[in-house]
Amino acid sequence: MGLLSDPSRRKVLTGLLTRLNTPICIVCYLAGIVWFMGLAFEPFTLRTYMSENAMGSTMVEERFSSGERALSLAKEFDAHKRKAGGMPVEWLVKAMQSRGLEVFTQSFSRKLPFPDENKERYMVRGTNVYGILRAPRAPRTEALVITAPCSPGNTNNQAVALLLALAQYFRNQIYWAKDIIFLVNEHDLIGTQAWLEGYHHTNITGMEYSPLQGRAGSIQAALSLELSSDVITSLDLVLEGLNGQLPNLDLANLFYAFCQKLGVLCTIQGKLQRNDWDTAEGYTHAAQTMMLMVLKQACGRSWGDHGLFLRYHIEAASVRGINSFRHYKTDATTIGRLLEGMVRKLNNLLERLHQSYFFYLLPSLSRFVSIGYYMPAFGLLAVILLLRVSFPGLCHCFSVSLQPSSPGVLTVLTPVVISHLTGVALYLLPVHLQEMAVEHFPVSETEAVVLTAIAIYTAGLALPHNTQRLLSGEGTEQGWKVLKLTALLYLAVLLGCTALINFSLGFILAVTLVPITASITPHMPKALYALVMVLLSPAFTILYCVFIYQELIEAPVSVSEGWMLFLSVISQGILDHALYGSLVYPLLALFIYPCWLMFWNILFWN
Amino acid sequence: FRLSSLIGHISTCPSLIGQCCQRHPGSVDEFQEELVIRPLHSGDIYASFQFRTLWDTDFLQEGQKVSHYRLFPKSLGQVLSKFSVRELHISFTQGFWRTMQWGQPFIPSPPGAELWVWFHDTVSDVDGNWKELTNVLSGIFCASLNFIDLTNTVQPSASFKPLGLGNATDHRFLRYATLPREIVCTENLTPWKKLLPCGSKAGLAVLLKSEKLFHSSFHSQAVHIRPVCQDEQCTSKAWELRQTLNVVFDLYTAGQGKKEWSLFKMFSRTLTEACPLATSSKVYVDITDNPELFELSPATPLLSQAVVLGDRRTYSVFDLTRAETFGQLRSLNLLLRWKGDGGEMLRPLLHAERYVAGFGLQTGEIHTVIYNNHPYRAFPVLLMDSVPWYLQLYIHTLTVTSKSRDNKPSYIHYQPAKDRHRPHLLEMLIQLPPHSMTEVTVQFERALLKWTEYTPDPNHGFYVGSSVVSALVPSMVAMNTNFTQDQPLFSSFVPVKEESSYFVRVYTEPLLVNLPTPDFSMPYNVICLTCTVVAVGYGSFYNLLTRTFQVDEPSLPLAKRLANLIRRIRGVPLLT
Repeated sequence: MGLLSDPSRRKVLTGLLTRLNTPICIVCYLAGIVWFMGLAFEPFTLRTYMSENAMGSTMVEERFSSGERALSLAKEFDAHKRKAGGMPVEWLVKAMQSRGLEVFTQSFSRKLPFPDENKERYMVRGTNVYGILRAPRAPRTEALVITAPCSPGNTNNQAVALLLALAQYFRNQIYWAKDIIFLVNEHDLIGTQAWLEGYHHTNITGMEYSPLQGRAGSIQAALSLELSSDVITSLDLVLEGLNGQLPNLDLANLFYAFCQKLGVLCTIQGKLQRNDWDTAEGYTHAAQTMMLMVLKQACGRSWGDHGLFLRYHIEAASVRGINSFRHYKTDATTIGRLLEGMVRKLNNLLERLHQSYFFYLLPSLSRFVSIGYYMPAFGLLAVILLLRVSFPGLCHCFSVSLQPSSPGVLTVLTPVVISHLTGVALYLLPVHLQEMAVEHFPVSETEAVVLTAIAIYTAGLALPHNTQRLLSGEGTEQGWKVLKLTALLYLAVLLGCTALINFSLGFILAVTLVPITASITPHMPKALYALVMVLLSPAFTILYCVFIYQELIEAPVSVSEGWMLFLSVISQGILDHALYGSLVYPLLALFIYPCWLMFWNILFWN
Repeated sequence: FRLSSLIGHISTCPSLIGQCCQRHPGSVDEFQEELVIRPLHSGDIYASFQFRTLWDTDFLQEGQKVSHYRLFPKSLGQVLSKFSVRELHISFTQGFWRTMQWGQPFIPSPPGAELWVWFHDTVSDVDGNWKELTNVLSGIFCASLNFIDLTNTVQPSASFKPLGLGNATDHRFLRYATLPREIVCTENLTPWKKLLPCGSKAGLAVLLKSEKLFHSSFHSQAVHIRPVCQDEQCTSKAWELRQTLNVVFDLYTAGQGKKEWSLFKMFSRTLTEACPLATSSKVYVDITDNPELFELSPATPLLSQAVVLGDRRTYSVFDLTRAETFGQLRSLNLLLRWKGDGGEMLRPLLHAERYVAGFGLQTGEIHTVIYNNHPYRAFPVLLMDSVPWYLQLYIHTLTVTSKSRDNKPSYIHYQPAKDRHRPHLLEMLIQLPPHSMTEVTVQFERALLKWTEYTPDPNHGFYVGSSVVSALVPSMVAMNTNFTQDQPLFSSFVPVKEESSYFVRVYTEPLLVNLPTPDFSMPYNVICLTCTVVAVGYGSFYNLLTRTFQVDEPSLPLAKRLANLIRRIRGVPLLT
């Protein structure tokens, strides 16, 4: 730090930074990307290990043996589900009661802001059924949750049946220290949300539900179970929750440990682990797994029922049975044993899971990248924005703009305010204008919402012309520099905050937004740069993510299919915000998009 | 002399008992033992032991020294006289009484340890006595009662009235504390059993085997000491020691799912004799429910009716002091078999539950829900809440609603907490409308503790003791207000003052609340980071801020300096 106190050396440093600004920025950007891609390289990652003492050394012996009974129960459940045309509430209540649980039901209803075309629902009415296994000699202060969604059609029957079989088996054991809640929820996430809000007596999403009658204290952990076939070939662990929240890494470790113990094939992001990290294929495989995790986390939605628990500080994960046509088969008994082992270990917990990491990326189930390793990748991108603030000419204009005679403040304030108003319109109008849109155009409500959103987004591009009209006189050279300074600092703060909460989202936005925002000036060739800017705007980022995601899950789509997916992603994003309180849509509409518009204004500065 | 040697002596030579009693005609110390077995609606089985020792002395009178103990345990007797205790109630409970499935217990108790003591009104330093008493009791019962201090002790103004003789109302002499985190196990059972005159060697106490008692859904043991009348006219006072032990065996884990219970299955023992020191030794089996669906063997002609908790019940009585009870096998193994259909929840007249609402680590809300399931009668209840200081209650947010209407409590006693000194105490008298659900909510903020104040395993959370709902519940049948000696013990604990109602105390579940907890593995990292930041950042900034910058004169070459020296001497202008 002698550097700062020595004026001549300080001069050299600033001189170097100004002179080599562009090369340094380019190097930083490339280094950031390379660093990120390097995270998937096995020698750079850490091996996962169980941090929690209470779950480590006390391996339990699994004795669950009624897998066959669970399968016949699944058939029975299926029959009753068909007969009831939905969730067979009475049958479930009876089934749980006969297994010695305290059974309660909760009814809920929710009107979606606009029809969900993916799941074909608008007015949702349903019932959650849950049974509580009271732990002997425990004072009802702690609980674990096992949940299985009651899905329409043929899916998930085995999950509900296995849940009931586990309940029966667990009821006969003496060693429980925490109450266990067996929850069968209807309408997947909406039901879970209603139950969680009822359990914690909150109302954050405007759901209507009947109050819960039975509770079991503070929930320590939750497991969600999704099984749709009698035998499975592998189990997939889903961790990504609402707003990119992740459960404690120990939960993943626990799952992995039991898969190893029982010899069950386990995957994450649907990808098996490979051992050949030193080959190109091995590295690509790990990189793909990690990229999938980043994409899933970035979109901020809950990828299973577990995702909604995380808001309430309940560590939760979904276990999904996959039946691909491999030779290796696992039967229901083994899955039951796996769950038994996991629940028993969670039962042994003295404290909430807190020992291991909450911020991590997983290139495979046995390897993880902690926050200390992945943050530099983002930091290298973010530092570009700060370096550009010291861009020659941009630096001293700040002091100029503070002088009262300068026209700076007003010229800057107008585009800032107008861009944000556009953002507010993008946030509010699509849902509120759907009726009007449906009246005037031959579209459905969902299409109306999505198309309105796209229309407002596109209309924002015409903003510079309108902004100019509002301004008296021409934009000065000083003007755009002050605006750019503001916009750069604004973007740096925005991305920094986003990356702290949801690294993936922050990183993806930084990758696309940083290069163009760092280099933009009004003196560029307008048409070319306008095209580049649009191609790197937030909406196109989403589009690319859709294509990359489809590519990574090995289901590539054509351009038109991709476009349809893109539209449904937007509608899902808006729905997730309204139903579960996902924050990605408001973040993009209210902050990122206006910020991008400010740069767009600079390009068209006259 | 030692109690065990006495018992050994007596059991080998039964004729001695009579002799010793005849030798002291004045002393009428008396010991009764009783076991009530109630098959529960849910298929579980409830066994409640009560042992009553009466001690015919009044050591609180001036100048009376007590040095001779017969049946009453000396360890407790000394404690009573030393600390001038008027009444002492202590319970250790592992588990939560499930009112919705099991109905009301004979003597309720909250999870963990509960201690409440009325001191004699001659005591000047109540807090000092209380502190010492808890430490002594902690030694006697091998429990962590020494964790009771002023931060978890309250003085309820109305909820805990003396149960024995005397009409003390000045709650300055009352201390109440709970330890919800207390775990109860064998080490607490053994000292409890040692207080019995026969120990666990004879009588009903042989059934108290810890490997079975702790293989249950609920286990609660208690000691109640109070002054009572010696006879109906109340001419003389006696001390009563009631030791109770309640246990519920689970249908699935202990009963293998069969509704078939026997003494052997429950306790892995059968009864062979009464405690030789006991004046009465009885086993009651509740056979009110489904007399036709119910099978009890061996059958007994002795039936007894009692009004307990607002309900008239019929009991089969087995008198262990009579030899024919044991039959030819010389052992009594009760066998119960019934075919009732359990599973449905009960609707007890009074029921309460409690939970924490909200999420996040800043604020929260405590909800206490009290149900009055009486179809047409309203009745008042006293709700008592003692909340530790680290949950800072916002008492202005206190709301009481019944049937979605504001329900104004007719009496509120609130004592705010003092940080690190005393807990919140909130007592309210609330009128419960018939067939209603009353919800009491109050918001709180979680305090930031000092880092040394966190308990071990801080991420487990912090306990808030059960709230206590005390009420006189309208009775369906006329209660028995007569005081008779031959009443069964289980129905005579709480004095009944009027026929139309009976006293019930309901404890809610304790709460487990997470407080903002620092990462205790972090201090090392934080120290390293802070030191680095201070050293590097602060040092250089301080340097920058305090240093004055000057343009340095370039130093002259040696020749010029020499020339200047000569010029200075000569007095001509210097070179630059």
